Amino acid sequence: MEERELRTLIGAVKAGTLSRRRFVQMMVGLGLTAPLAAQMLASAGVARAETKWTFNPTKRGGGGLVKTLWWQAPTLLNPHFANGTKDQDACRILYEPLGAYDPDGNIVPVLAAEVPGLQNGQVAKDGLSVTWRLKKNVQWHDGKPFTADDVVFNWEYVMDPATSAVTVGQYRDITRIDKVDSHTVKLVFKSPMPFWAAAFCGPTGMIIPKHLFQAFKGDKSREAPTNVKPVGTGPYRFVDFKPGDIVRGELNPTYHVPNRPFFDQIEMKGGGDAPSAARAVLQTGEFDYAWNMQVEDEQLKRWEQGGKGRADIVSGGNIEHIQLNTTDPWTEVDGEKSSIKTKHPVLSDPAVRQALNVLVDRGSIQEEIYGRTGIATANFLNAPSRFVSKNTKWVFNVDKANQILEAAGWKRGADGIRAKDGKKLKFVYQTSVNAPRQKTQQIVKQACAKAGIDLDLKAVTASVYFSSDPANPDTYSHFYTDLQMFTTTMTQPDPQRFMDQFTSWEVSAKDNKFALTNKTRWRNEEYDRTWKAAETEMDPVKRAALFVKMNDLVIQNIVVIPVVFRPRVAAISNRMRDVVQSGWDGDFWALAYWSKQT
Amino acid sequence: MYKYLLRRTLISVPVLAGISAVLFTILALAPGDPFEELATNPNVPAEVRMNLRAKFGLDDPLPVRYARWVVSMMRGDWGFSFVSRVNVDTLILQRLPATLVVLGSALLLAILIAIPIGTYSALRPYSIFDQVATTLAFIGFSLPTFFTGLLFILLFSIHLDWLPFIYRADISATGWRWYWEHVRQAIMPVAVLGLFQAASMTRFMRASVLDIVRLDYVNTARAKGLSEATTLVKHVVRNALIPVVTLVALQVPNIFGGAIVTEQIFRVPGIGSLLIASILANDTPVVMAVTFIFSCLVVVSNLAADLLYGWLDPRISYR
Repeated sequence: MEERELRTLIGAVKAGTLSRRRFVQMMVGLGLTAPLAAQMLASAGVARAETKWTFNPTKRGGGGLVKTLWWQAPTLLNPHFANGTKDQDACRILYEPLGAYDPDGNIVPVLAAEVPGLQNGQVAKDGLSVTWRLKKNVQWHDGKPFTADDVVFNWEYVMDPATSAVTVGQYRDITRIDKVDSHTVKLVFKSPMPFWAAAFCGPTGMIIPKHLFQAFKGDKSREAPTNVKPVGTGPYRFVDFKPGDIVRGELNPTYHVPNRPFFDQIEMKGGGDAPSAARAVLQTGEFDYAWNMQVEDEQLKRWEQGGKGRADIVSGGNIEHIQLNTTDPWTEVDGEKSSIKTKHPVLSDPAVRQALNVLVDRGSIQEEIYGRTGIATANFLNAPSRFVSKNTKWVFNVDKANQILEAAGWKRGADGIRAKDGKKLKFVYQTSVNAPRQKTQQIVKQACAKAGIDLDLKAVTASVYFSSDPANPDTYSHFYTDLQMFTTTMTQPDPQRFMDQFTSWEVSAKDNKFALTNKTRWRNEEYDRTWKAAETEMDPVKRAALFVKMNDLVIQNIVVIPVVFRPRVAAISNRMRDVVQSGWDGDFWALAYWSKQT
Repeated sequence: MYKYLLRRTLISVPVLAGISAVLFTILALAPGDPFEELATNPNVPAEVRMNLRAKFGLDDPLPVRYARWVVSMMRGDWGFSFVSRVNVDTLILQRLPATLVVLGSALLLAILIAIPIGTYSALRPYSIFDQVATTLAFIGFSLPTFFTGLLFILLFSIHLDWLPFIYRADISATGWRWYWEHVRQAIMPVAVLGLFQAASMTRFMRASVLDIVRLDYVNTARAKGLSEATTLVKHVVRNALIPVVTLVALQVPNIFGGAIVTEQIFRVPGIGSLLIASILANDTPVVMAVTFIFSCLVVVSNLAADLLYGWLDPRISYR
């Protein structure tokens, strides 16, 4: 899809012939993120549709206790140290960012008075700065006012290398933050920043109070008492925290949104396993909400029949995909396999890649393994099947695979395995130990066998496979096999960092302790150029077109074979109201608006 | 006696040192990394992870790390968790009450079941009661706790909807309701652990009573006109308890082991679930501390069993 076509679509939304939601879904189908789509619409002056709440109370509280269940327990309550979504979610009860992402990817002001944009002049035309106006009369839970100093401090705190903040990736493009007045800050960037909302928005944007953390910056960051007893601005204030077990909060009587929140207390219990967590909501009704239901859809459907709760499924950025190695994993060069000095002896033949692409039966994988929790896709980025990009589509066709291979000169041997010039079509296909993944491996193996390709299946324990140990050859970042499969998570609403993983400077190798993100070791000049152009392109529509192009390059060259798109699934009690999930932000992005029927 | 105690204590020092060295090496050799989740997140730059590894001393050679651990342990510093960055002793103290409550009640339940049933079975060997008790005991200790735990959840929580299956250490209710809620949620984990221990304990009790009830002094007691109850309680059960008590003492570490699984199933925030979570997260300092406590328990309970034996049976002398 070209820039011109994108503009036509935006025009249609403006004229009212295309719905806003449909447009966002189409962009998601092209491999873009919803926030990027929202940004395109905003730049064209299309107004944002606000999330509607069904319950609008006239006073705070009165809702009693709300019980939520995370099968991974929160371990710390400092958003800048969060080890994963569980910690970010726990922090979100107590802390807030300047802006949150709604289900359509729009930025919703939380601690900000309004969302910056080109229209209100808060985003500079050259993309070098953005001005945030903060909400006035926001108080920290200890009564101190929330001001511009807090925002500036968070940036300083994160940027201190001795703090080792995990959120630094979102803040390091900022050169300085100017305090314009007590409630206005101006972020100045190193280079034009098309996506200026990385800092201070969403799960990595939560703001901690300066007055309690300034003595604990850098080396002393671990010693801050507020790491485990937070003082935030959120709808609930801190009561109790046991790392690895439970977080409890109570209504914040000075919360900055009138008549919110509804509940008097909140509890986030952690630990156990996903199926029993699902049962606690759907079957026994002991809990009101459970996070990340990695449970077979068949079971979820059975438990839903009890009528106590439902599985809520929303799109996010997770993709289960098969990577094809560009380098040779079986030859050692300078002490490392899969070195970029080598070329894969068989997979370098485009015909083999094409054949493999049509041998992955995504339809059966969706139907037999994942159900509603995994949707067949042809795009590398998030693409529900209904909105498949017209540039890429998936097929499953064994005959076609046979034809392609036959035409390319791969002939069947006596053992039924195809070979050419003495090289056999035999691959090692690895993934982590996980029941749905092993079933997927089987489905692919059977189809490949019919086309004369022999797959050797390998499953590595997840704790080894996903570890960052540079000495262990079985990790996914070493990729010492021909094919591998895992889910990649796009946690950030802007695809720029995510698309890093196909750039030539990100190649994972021994020199960088296998810490970089390009695991397939695919290198393509056109891709690199497009990526760099997108990094500084200020026109959201032109930029979107660049991302579509990058996605197409990856798919057309069959660098990876997308299998299923994995939406986020939560279990929600039927008595809960206004629990709207957003695939682009944490589960608690709109916690203040949750309520429950009595 | 005191000399013996001193000697045994001194011997346990090198034993524990050896155990800690082995544990530390195994943990260091095991694959995995506490910052795994950061590694799979494309938004976290690799430098942050490298920086954290260096800061927490994970890149130092194994002997250096071990020496550092021993030295700080001597000073009473247990280190801090890589995952929550909270001190390990704080974490363990937070978890201890839940474990002690569940394990203590389970042990009590086991004793209350095992002693009367074991005694009665032994007094009427091969009667219907004995046959039934024996069969149940065999079933009891053949079924692992993770299985009975899940069975209980299915039956009492999901089908009958009587009991909650998620344990909450923080219950906001007050007064009687608070006690009631605690009892309700503790019933299943306590029953699972207690019944498992009761099964084997019943067998020990039965065997022990069976041995003693045939001895001459029991007949003497009866002959001199003591009531059956007095004979039983003062002369039979009391002596029969000697081997049972030592067995219970020796079993304490096993009970902790069994609790690990049970705590995980019922989400009891105890030491066991802390251990499992830390192992999964490769949180070495916590794993090290908890396993080290478990090994201390083994050493101490062995010593306690030996001492108890001598105290209960004065014929045994210590040299």
